[in-house]
Amino acid sequence: MADTILMAHGSGGKLAHRLVEDLIMPAISGTDPARLDDSAIIELRGRMAFTTDSYVIDPIFFPGGDIGKLAVCGTTNDLSMSGARPLYMSLSFIIEEGLPVSDLKRILESIHSAADEAGVRIVTGDTKVVDHGNADKLYVNTAGIGTIPTGVDISGANIRPGDKVILSGTIGDHGIAIMSKREGLQFGTNLLSDCAPLNKLVEDMIGASDNIHALRDPTRGGLATTLNELCLQSGTKVVVEEKKIPIRDEVAAACEMLGLDPMYVANEGKLVAFVTPSDAGKVLSAMRLNKYGTDSAIIGEVEEPDEAPSVVMKTLLGTSRLIDILVGDLLPRIC
Amino acid sequence: MKYASEFRQGKLAGGVVASISRASRRPVTFMEFCGSHTVAIFRYGIRQVLPKTVTTVSGPGCPICVTANSDLDKAIALALIPGVILASFGDVLRVPGSKTSLQSVRAEGADIRVVYSAMDAVRIAQQNPDQRVVLLGIGFETTAPTIAAAILQAEEMGLRNFTVLSWHKLCPPAIKALLDAGDVALDGLICPGHVSAITGAAAWEFIAQDYGIPCVVSGFEPLDILHCIDMLVAQAENGQAKVEIAYRRGVQQNGNVTAQHLMETVFESCDADWRGMGTIPHSGLRLREDYARFDADREFTIVPGPTREPQGCICGDVLRAVKTPVDCPLFGKSCTPETPVGACMVSSEGSCFTYYLYGGKNG
Amino acid sequence: MCVAVPALVRSIEGELATVELGGINQQVSLRLTPEVKVGDYVIVHTGYAINVLDQEEAEETLRLFEQMANAAEEGR
Repeated sequence: MADTILMAHGSGGKLAHRLVEDLIMPAISGTDPARLDDSAIIELRGRMAFTTDSYVIDPIFFPGGDIGKLAVCGTTNDLSMSGARPLYMSLSFIIEEGLPVSDLKRILESIHSAADEAGVRIVTGDTKVVDHGNADKLYVNTAGIGTIPTGVDISGANIRPGDKVILSGTIGDHGIAIMSKREGLQFGTNLLSDCAPLNKLVEDMIGASDNIHALRDPTRGGLATTLNELCLQSGTKVVVEEKKIPIRDEVAAACEMLGLDPMYVANEGKLVAFVTPSDAGKVLSAMRLNKYGTDSAIIGEVEEPDEAPSVVMKTLLGTSRLIDILVGDLLPRIC
Repeated sequence: MKYASEFRQGKLAGGVVASISRASRRPVTFMEFCGSHTVAIFRYGIRQVLPKTVTTVSGPGCPICVTANSDLDKAIALALIPGVILASFGDVLRVPGSKTSLQSVRAEGADIRVVYSAMDAVRIAQQNPDQRVVLLGIGFETTAPTIAAAILQAEEMGLRNFTVLSWHKLCPPAIKALLDAGDVALDGLICPGHVSAITGAAAWEFIAQDYGIPCVVSGFEPLDILHCIDMLVAQAENGQAKVEIAYRRGVQQNGNVTAQHLMETVFESCDADWRGMGTIPHSGLRLREDYARFDADREFTIVPGPTREPQGCICGDVLRAVKTPVDCPLFGKSCTPETPVGACMVSSEGSCFTYYLYGGKNG
Repeated sequence: MCVAVPALVRSIEGELATVELGGINQQVSLRLTPEVKVGDYVIVHTGYAINVLDQEEAEETLRLFEQMANAAEEGR
């Protein structure tokens, strides 16, 4: 195997085959090499959840993970948020010529680990290589399929006034872990991205209650953006309490330094759930027993809307203010 | 977080609010000059806990909001020069100039890098000796000394490819111009805490003495701001007009003399254009002759093209507290955070952005 | 216009200091505050310490807030 990825690795010829057989196939589980046809054949029963995503994160390696782990977890979580059991994934790479093979190896190992943990099988994929400068090291695209158990109906549209809002843990970990490695923003921290597959957590939650109305993972745009999307989808008012929202000291400190509001910082291993009030306690207990939900907390509740759906924060001072959706990029401010 | 979290304790806020409510009889209007104070006031819903007799209005202390279109156009023109790396603090990128923004120009290939510190820009210059680094020097007296320090550092390192485009402005002349214009009647000034850390509380003496307006220097945590308002109310009720420091842990009477000296070594005052307020004499900073080789204005021939002001935008009136964001016909309609028309809506400290984010379309 | 945070000076290396805030470490310039000592708290703005924080005044201010809170309680 060469040291770096070359254009020929994507051309479909000998080098490309070597790449797939020697490097990619051993790393991903779930496919019998003898059955390497153009499409994977799977049989499913019942309602199917289907999702797709592309991953273009920079840097591709970050504290707590890499683009590979992110791709598996992101896809798994998208499926889980509909209450689906994630089953199969596709995995496509667009590689910039010159990427060290050792980097690709590391990422493939990461993918293997994450898929194992999630119990998801990668059954089909594709590899393309583009000229140096036409991609930023590596882009990953995925599609995921899962099945939704009978009787499970989880959607933002189901949110009702009275629902309790439960958050599975601390906010802002991923975004700040990424920023800590960016040029010019380097600060020393042991903070890791919270990138994680949440499907087992969701299974535990559904096992505890039939009355989970909605689930969502607050990724780009942070918790604030996700809550806004949900309140619009359901036409309700969501009220959260600042003092109840779990946040690590380091994340809070980094946000202070950079002039960022943690409500808008990305997460990759958290979810927010909307549950009927009578079941909130049961769901919370089940979440806290799962390793990805130990810091779970009830952070607020749903009310009838005012003139328009809105998200309101009860501040540390006991006053109320609106929380809007993130606009543009989250740029550190100095003033 | 030590010396931050303690000043956010909700349970202590009640005590300060009670003190304000007990003392406040006459209706008073206080201005918070500084954009960071505006953000804090809205973020913690401070207006909701104040008695009806106390009103706060936001002033023009947002360095981004008051940067004139012509200055932005200059920066954009610089970024387009081949071989130039433009270094900027993040929030400047989205501000619209006459035709486009730094963010758009970056998307088209200009080398524009977000820096968190002036030191980063010096490092970029050191690491890229074949390119010319231009740092956008934006900010008031809090930031100007850091830019001055960076210029001196570049001088010590013998760098020949580092320049600063100075947009720095000074607060006291702007406040003076505001008061002289007589558009808004103020009963007190919430003075900027970190500008004061540099200049000293003494910088505001002229406001108390010449204009008879109470001044209290405030920190940025919710308890700090309430404390400041409590002291302003006390002065107003007692018919006093003096300069006091509420933010005693961060500010002294004479300020940071080292920082002042750094500023004076590198910069001299000049007239400056403030968006919405026109030219204010001696309100800007430019590099002294001795540092000409670090001055982007002198080192480059900049051809920005004609300046165009956005139609219908009343940012100027909002900055001078003559109007509030909700008075603007564009607010919440054609001018929103997603589609900003004026600087007050782009800057994360702008009045319009803050009103929109924390108060919604209805302010 | 002044996003600045208080941080503890852990060590000094020439004109730079390693400061800590909430578990995060950062290198800041002491060019504006050369008199800083290890153990001081400084106010950090864009990677520079702009002033030394007066810890006694901080405690004094907090005590004042406690007094006001007690007065409000009693006044009820």
